[in-house]
Amino acid sequence: MTSPLGTALVLGGLLAAAFGAVVGIEGGLRHRAGALRIVLGAVTAFLLCMVGANLVMVYALVTHDFSVHYVSMVGSRATPLVYTVVSLWSALEGSILFWGAILAVYVFGFSRAHRHDPPTNPLLALGTMLAVGVFFSFLIAGPANPFGRVSPVPPDGPGPNPLLQNHILMVVHPPMLYLGYVGMVVPFGIAVAALIRGQLGDAWMATLRRWTLIPWTFLSVGIVLGAWWAYAVLGWGGYWAWDPVENASFLPWLTATAFLHSGMVQERRHTLKLWTVSLSLASFLLTILGTFMTRSGVFNSVHSFTQSEIGPTFLVFLGAVLVVSILLIAVRGPLLVPEGTLGGVASRETSILLNNLLFAALTFTVLLGTVFPLVREAFSGVRISVGAPYFNRMAVPLGIAILFLMGVGPSLPWGRASPETVRRQFLVPAAVGVAVVAVCLAAGLRGGLTLLTFGLAGFAATVTLREMLLPVRVRMREQREPLPQALFRSAARARRRFGGYVVHLGVVMVFVAIAASQSYVVHTTATLKPGERFQLGPYTVQLAGLRNGIEPHRRWTAAEIQVTDGRGRQQALAPRMNFYERSTDPVGSPAIRSAAFEDLYLTLLAFDQATPSASFNAWIFPMVGWIWWSLPLFVFGALFAAWPERRRVRSGATERLPVPNEAPSPGAAA
Amino acid sequence: MTSSTRNRLFALGALLVAGAGLAYVAFGNIGQNLVFYWTPGEMLAQGSKAYGPTIRLGGVVQPGSLRWDAAHTHLSFRVADTDQPGAPSVPVLSSETPPQMFRERIGVVVEGTFDRSQTFTSSRLMVNHSNEYRPPKPGDGPDKWKTTVSAPTAEAR
Repeated sequence: MTSPLGTALVLGGLLAAAFGAVVGIEGGLRHRAGALRIVLGAVTAFLLCMVGANLVMVYALVTHDFSVHYVSMVGSRATPLVYTVVSLWSALEGSILFWGAILAVYVFGFSRAHRHDPPTNPLLALGTMLAVGVFFSFLIAGPANPFGRVSPVPPDGPGPNPLLQNHILMVVHPPMLYLGYVGMVVPFGIAVAALIRGQLGDAWMATLRRWTLIPWTFLSVGIVLGAWWAYAVLGWGGYWAWDPVENASFLPWLTATAFLHSGMVQERRHTLKLWTVSLSLASFLLTILGTFMTRSGVFNSVHSFTQSEIGPTFLVFLGAVLVVSILLIAVRGPLLVPEGTLGGVASRETSILLNNLLFAALTFTVLLGTVFPLVREAFSGVRISVGAPYFNRMAVPLGIAILFLMGVGPSLPWGRASPETVRRQFLVPAAVGVAVVAVCLAAGLRGGLTLLTFGLAGFAATVTLREMLLPVRVRMREQREPLPQALFRSAARARRRFGGYVVHLGVVMVFVAIAASQSYVVHTTATLKPGERFQLGPYTVQLAGLRNGIEPHRRWTAAEIQVTDGRGRQQALAPRMNFYERSTDPVGSPAIRSAAFEDLYLTLLAFDQATPSASFNAWIFPMVGWIWWSLPLFVFGALFAAWPERRRVRSGATERLPVPNEAPSPGAAA
Repeated sequence: MTSSTRNRLFALGALLVAGAGLAYVAFGNIGQNLVFYWTPGEMLAQGSKAYGPTIRLGGVVQPGSLRWDAAHTHLSFRVADTDQPGAPSVPVLSSETPPQMFRERIGVVVEGTFDRSQTFTSSRLMVNHSNEYRPPKPGDGPDKWKTTVSAPTAEAR
């Protein structure tokens, strides 16, 4: 019963999306105001069908209905309930189904938020988004149908991939990434609408920006959680391996970040319109490319579940979106004429322009390294991959330059800055940066690029804090407000600016954490018998013994470890190896002792019950936790910036900087 | 030609130069950091071209070839195309503690370099397992490990 119901719902979604797409685009092109109501109905139907299909699948999973193809692939009676529900996105077909539901939720959210707008733009945007919905519901109904019938019905299934039921982060990380990926459909629709009409007004630009910020936030959280998951679960002693699938999530994040910055230039100076719109199209294209790479099995990784047949379908869609995007840019792009010009060399917009070029360069290099093996294999049949050194050597200089600009941009006014302003703005932050390097040198830290990163982090953090606190000080002095009130009011009056700077502080944290954890890592391996110990940095690691345990879905063997740190404090750790009932290979669980400034990271490599003995990999990662501890800053900053403003505030608030010599109005410095 | 057109052409030229420079650096860098996926047979067929670059050598651990040195710090074994006797094979030297699953006849991928001494020096030893976590079937040839070995984020790393 579940199989036909699920298939019927997906087909219903396909029909609703196709109908809505045609009515929306046709109505938008002919400016039919009445079409909007019909499209809103189609969107609602699409939402109900897609969410319904997902609920049917969850029901089939929870009731262990192994007659459903997908359940027979990933279900198992031994799997705990939470991981059974989560199996919805633990393999290819289910994750595409889940994609469809999120897509429907986004389109519905957009349609509700803009149902009172002048109808032409929303019609075109919704039509475009529903056209994407047609593709995904077609994918679910056809090549990646999870609702196929299995006969004879197996009594039990293999359960989800053991790696995916090893840690609770697996429950959170994929939905976050999907919310980020799928959300890029909305800015794509908005940008396509702007291109079709050949105009991008301030209001539509604000819409585009807000709907980019939402998926950008989810994508940021998803990427950081993914790094955390790799670190806490996979146990190879790292968090980022330039795996094609990691790159796939990083690429749209880069273009979306570039967009969020160039959007400010577009808003202030009314220029860079076509570039800004192109970045929106690129973000969507890269998410489709990413989904193709993750889900079609062209790359082998922990993320590519199976070799599947959806590859060609995806390539066709990717090609179609690419052609439509290029055509739109070529034919309609020239209509998006700039109404202003950029200011001088030492200005906010020039530094943002540079930032965008750096982000584009980074996108290019990561994309090149990611798809190069595919292209080469397609042409010469030689199987190769691009090693991590390529990515590190290319990305580190670009990243450092971006960190530098993060301090430069906010210091400079829009328009034109006098040499006097530049000197005054840079003196203190530069001194802080130099001081940071000096302190690090005095503390015995070495490594040119690492110290440069620390110094620039100090520089950028000083600039960011100053720009955040300067308006507060002005309020305290001129309005005689107490500190909390001044802080709250100045932040509330310039939300996007304040939120953006909070995110910048999070980015500085990530930079410092990556530099420290990559440069000052300590690693060793050891084989111990009970009672034996080894020394790693300040830690003494002693093996107490081996312990075995049985849980419903797995057996495990843990090494009981006593760690003594430099100050004599003791802690018990238990790195272990899990043996899942239905898989042949053991899955390790590392044990991590986290402290504010460093992690001790132990994995059990191998053990021998007879001797007994156990072999370990052990690492010390300085500051690695700061990467995930930056998450609250990302989330708070982005939420603060994206929170809908009351109309009164929106019309009244200006986001002018309290910087002298600022150009009086956009375009005046031309 | 107005000054704004000239500026625009100048900016376009600068961008093209910067883009070309970036592409040049990137392609050069990629060429130096390629990792080749070969079986012992394929690698031996490359001759001296196989000396130097990073290689991921995939195959099975030849039965009877496992040796530890006296101090139990270095492990040597032969990786062969298949577990049939007479299949092309290469001696491998590893200083790494092998993962729990490591044993004779299991599929492995070793990453490292090959040189004139005809010994493969491994810096990383991965036990080959499929994405679907089932043992390799008897008929699975060398093509199979290619498709099932997990790439960089493998937990065996």
